[in-house]
Amino acid sequence: MKCVTVDFDKCTGLGICESLAPDFFEVNDDGELIVLKEDISDADLQEVEEAVGGCPTEALKIVER
Amino acid sequence: MTDPRRLVVVGASLAGLRAVEAARKTGFDGEIVLIGAEEHLPYDRPPLSKAFLGAADESGELAEVPFFRTEQTLRDELDVDVRLGTPATALDTVARRVTVGDDQIAYDALVIATGAHARLIPGAEGLDGVHPLRTLDDSLAVRDKLEAGARTVVIGAGFIGSEIASTARKRGLEATIIEALPTPLVRATGHEMGAAIAALHELNGATLRCGVGVSAIEGDGKVERVVLADGTTIEADLVVVGIGVIPSVGWLEGSGLTIDNGIVCDENLWTGVPGVYAAGDVANWLNPTLGERQRMENWTAAAEQGAAAARNALDPENARPYGTVPYFWSDWYDVRIQFVGSPEADEVRLVDGDPGGGDRWVALYRRGDRLIGALTVNGQAEIMKYRVQIMKGGSWDDALAFAEKRRIAHEEKLAAV
Repeated sequence: MKCVTVDFDKCTGLGICESLAPDFFEVNDDGELIVLKEDISDADLQEVEEAVGGCPTEALKIVER
Repeated sequence: MTDPRRLVVVGASLAGLRAVEAARKTGFDGEIVLIGAEEHLPYDRPPLSKAFLGAADESGELAEVPFFRTEQTLRDELDVDVRLGTPATALDTVARRVTVGDDQIAYDALVIATGAHARLIPGAEGLDGVHPLRTLDDSLAVRDKLEAGARTVVIGAGFIGSEIASTARKRGLEATIIEALPTPLVRATGHEMGAAIAALHELNGATLRCGVGVSAIEGDGKVERVVLADGTTIEADLVVVGIGVIPSVGWLEGSGLTIDNGIVCDENLWTGVPGVYAAGDVANWLNPTLGERQRMENWTAAAEQGAAAARNALDPENARPYGTVPYFWSDWYDVRIQFVGSPEADEVRLVDGDPGGGDRWVALYRRGDRLIGALTVNGQAEIMKYRVQIMKGGSWDDALAFAEKRRIAHEEKLAAV
């Protein structure tokens, strides 16, 4: 199963991932990123890949688990 | 046409790097040549006017250079022929060749990502302590001066200049910002919000002078003072010039590409010349999401366009349009400013918070009956929800209703604390 992981040392809560994959990511009122779900179905893979590529701090990764 | 065997990418910053990475990700196994004018490996620019300029941490270390990839990764993992330190000087689209120094590099597919270069103030070139802020070398020079405690004058109250003034203040240094226009940031955020954001400078101890030009930058070998058009003199050890950038297209003269505020491209980032695509700050393309021609100067567009241009260049028959809701951010004085969409609006409405007193606010931009833009200050939880709405072509009324719901929820949350 493919999963998305966040390196919170790198993430600054810019939130681009939220706009590209809103079912997976949301930034809260404190500016912190919340991962709404980790498991990526084949149907969702493209949008999560776009979120990973869109992260200016390279904080997101897709891993096999 | 046979499959392309050699992809040449001119420009080794974010868009160029993403072009190379996307090409390999699509399975392209031909040759890739990446040409960079600077000596440095590809590096990330946003930090250069932000965290990279900051004071040393507790262990005494200054921020590290934000290189994207090691040379080994580029050469071995991505199998890229990286040629740094010499700019491309000519493009022959008939013979399909790029001139780099004494070399002629042939291409089947070409991605041009030469970006933009800083606009300078004529007459100040020879003075030590006067810098633009565009490249890593610029940033290193500015950081040296800040480390030495420079009294800082920033010319241009745009985002880059504002970030530098903010960093200088954070270091406890004097900072003065000079802006020729009566209101800063109008082109990026519109009139009302430009004024509102600019007020952050005074709140944080920087001096902002608007509506006055610079008549001279003076000094004996090194900069000593800036003289304004109204006769005011400001003592300075560091002058950072942040008055915008110019697309780097000089080398394309005679190439046959259409140049008009960058390289004119269609919605597929195609220049109209076989095999030649453009990406990043240099590309003036038709953005199908907003239905307008744009040239972006932001991280997100550079990253995404680099990848899209490479994919389309390698498989033009299946080329896909690149559309986006533009996004940029800026960090000043521990405040995060974020903008999505377009500032060209019929109305700008404040829907949450108060620029007059608060440190958090949300403004929405209307074009016709559509939501076209959103600006937040410390509104990280809000901004991307509007980006999604703009992407979907959401209505103004829906956006206002949504904003009101969010405002009430935020108030209730604060009241509960």
